[in-house]
Amino acid sequence: MAVKLFDNRGIALEEQIFTWRDLVQKPISKLDDDAFTRVRIILMNGIEQQANRFQHLCAQMNRELREPLARIRRVEHHQQTMINWLLSGDHSPIETTIGYEQVAIEVTAAIAQQEPDEYLAQVYRFGLLEDFDHLYRYSALLDRLEGKDANNILQSYTDVIPGRPTSIEHRHPLDDIREPYDRAAADPISKLNALTIMSGEYQTRDYYMNIGPTFTDPVARQLYAEIASIEEQHVTQYGSIIDPDETLLEKWLLYEANEAWNYYSCMETEPNPRIKAIWERFLEYELGHLRIVSELFKQHEKRDPAEVLPETLPDPIPYESQRDFVRETLQQEVDLSAARTEFVSRAEETEETRKYRQTLNSEGSPSDAVAAGYRWRPGTELTKDQAQAA
Amino acid sequence: MAKAAELGKNRTGIDMSPMHSERMISGAKELTPASSGDGLEAIAEIDRQYLVEADPVGSVPMPGTLRGALKTGAKKATGKNPELFLNKLGQRLAFERSGVRLYESVITRAEIADQMHPAGPVTTDELQHIRDEEMQHFRLVSDVMESLGADPTAETPDADVIGVASMGIQKVLNDPRTTMAQCLEMLLTLELTDNAAWELLIRLADEMGLKDASEQFQRALEQEKEHLMTVRSWLEEMLMADARRGAEARH
Repeated sequence: MAVKLFDNRGIALEEQIFTWRDLVQKPISKLDDDAFTRVRIILMNGIEQQANRFQHLCAQMNRELREPLARIRRVEHHQQTMINWLLSGDHSPIETTIGYEQVAIEVTAAIAQQEPDEYLAQVYRFGLLEDFDHLYRYSALLDRLEGKDANNILQSYTDVIPGRPTSIEHRHPLDDIREPYDRAAADPISKLNALTIMSGEYQTRDYYMNIGPTFTDPVARQLYAEIASIEEQHVTQYGSIIDPDETLLEKWLLYEANEAWNYYSCMETEPNPRIKAIWERFLEYELGHLRIVSELFKQHEKRDPAEVLPETLPDPIPYESQRDFVRETLQQEVDLSAARTEFVSRAEETEETRKYRQTLNSEGSPSDAVAAGYRWRPGTELTKDQAQAA
Repeated sequence: MAKAAELGKNRTGIDMSPMHSERMISGAKELTPASSGDGLEAIAEIDRQYLVEADPVGSVPMPGTLRGALKTGAKKATGKNPELFLNKLGQRLAFERSGVRLYESVITRAEIADQMHPAGPVTTDELQHIRDEEMQHFRLVSDVMESLGADPTAETPDADVIGVASMGIQKVLNDPRTTMAQCLEMLLTLELTDNAAWELLIRLADEMGLKDASEQFQRALEQEKEHLMTVRSWLEEMLMADARRGAEARH
C-alpha cells in the first residue's frame, strides 16, 4: 500500500488527544514478543525524541513558528511517552542496551542497502561495524556482570561477534564530520534515511549517558562512558550528512515526513496487533502534522512542499535479520577508518586521531577488558565449562 | 496477572529459531578470534583499581548529644562502637518501613483475586496483620533510635545498601504481570533476611547493654518468625496445588 503524502490528511491536531491511562498501556513481553517489536519501539522512541528536540531548537530560533511548534511538539512528546512506556520493567539496563544495539545494527544495515547515494551508504556501513562491535562488548558485560545471555534479547537475529574494535573507534572530532548531501540534488529517501539513523544514534547516546552512572560496577561505568563517547561521534557523523543549508521549515517538513515513513514501516511489519494499532494511529497523527507544516511552508516560503517531499512514502524499512549483509560488510570494511570526510585505511589516519585515541586509551581500555577472551555461546560462556566437563 | 507457569510462545531460547540459531552459533565460533584464558583478569584489574581508592557509600550521622545519650541510656555502652549499632538500627528501620509499603502492594493484589488472578490461601486479613506488625517494628526501631539521641529520619549506610538490594524485590511486587506465587517468593526472601537481621540486632543490643531494647526486639523477632512461617506455607500450598492441578489435567 503506497501512502500518498499530500492526499492523505491524517487526523486533525485537535483530535490528537491522550489520557494517562492511554499513554501508559500494557508493556510488551520481554520473553514472548518478537525481538523486532522491541526494535521498532526503541527506534520510534528515538524518532519522536529527536522530533521533539528539533522542534524545541526551532522555537528558540524562530519567533513566528513558536505557537505551531508548541502545539505539535506536545503531541510528539506524548507519542514518545506511549511508545517508550511499552518497554517492560523487567528489562535490566544492559538488556535494554542490547536492544538498542540491535536497533543500530539491523536498522542501519537495512538503510545502508536502500540508500541510493554511494557515499552515504558508505557512511552507514562505516557506523554499522562500530555499533556491531558495541553489541559484542555489551553482550560480554551482560554475561560477565549479570550471568545472562544476550541472545535472550536478540532471539538469534543478530550475530554477537567482534566488529571494528571499539578501542580503535575513537577519532578526533574533525575526523567524524562527513560531506552533507545536497538539498537540491539528493533523493528524498536519502534525507529520510539520514534523519532516521541520526535520531536512533542520538537517543542511544542519551540513553547511555543516563544509565551509565546508575551502575555500581566500575567496568560497566567505564564501558558506558566509552561507548557513549562513540555514540557522540556517531551523532556528529550522521548529523553532518544533513545539508546545513536547508531552511528551518524545509527541515521540519522532512522530520514530519520521516516520522510518517517510519510509522508506516512499523505498521507494515508489526505482528503484535495491539502494537500495530499504535503504529497505525500515529501514522495518521504524523500525516496531520505534515499537513499543518505543509501549509506553513507554503505561507512562509512561498514554495510547494512537493519540491522537498516525494509524492508517496518510500517502501517501508524491512525489519528482518541483516546477518548476511553485516558479515559481508565486516569482511570487506572492518579495517577502514576516517580522515576528515573520507574513508581511509588505518594506516592513513590523521595525526590528530592517533593522538586523541592514544590519550583516551593510555590508562587502559574498558571495551578491550570487558570482552577479553569472550566468545558468545548459547546460555552464556559458563556453558563452556559444562561442555568441557561432559 | 495470571498463572505462574503457562506454556506459550517464549522466544528467548536457542531452540526457537533453529535456522537463525545455527548460523549464530557457527558465526560466533568462526568469526570470534580464539584466545587463551577466560579473560576475566582484565576486568579484575579495573575492579582492583577502584576497590583500592573507593570511598564508603556514606557515614553514620552522629548528633552532638549521641555519645552522652548512649552513656545515660545504656550504662554499659561506654567504650563500645555506637556507630555500628546505629547503622544497623537505621537499616532495620528502613527495611521495616519499606516492608509496610511492599505488603500494601500485595494487599491490593489479593483484593482483586479471582479465578484469573488466583491468590490461593493468601488472605487480605493476614496480609494486613503482617503489614501492621511491620509498621509496629518500624516505630519500635524509630523509638529506640530516638531514645539513644539518634535521628531516625537519617539514612544510614546499611539502610542505603539494603535499599539498593531490595530494588528488584520492589519491582517484582509492583509489576501487574507477576503472579501471587511470584510475589510470595519475594516476600519469602524478605522475611528470611528480616529474621536473620533481627537475630543479629538482638545480639548487638545485648552487646551494647540495652536490655529493654533487646527484649522488645525479641518480641519483634517472634512476630517475624510467624511472618516467615505464614509466607512459606502460602507459597508451598500454592505451588503444590498448581502442581497437583497440572498432574490431574494430564490424566
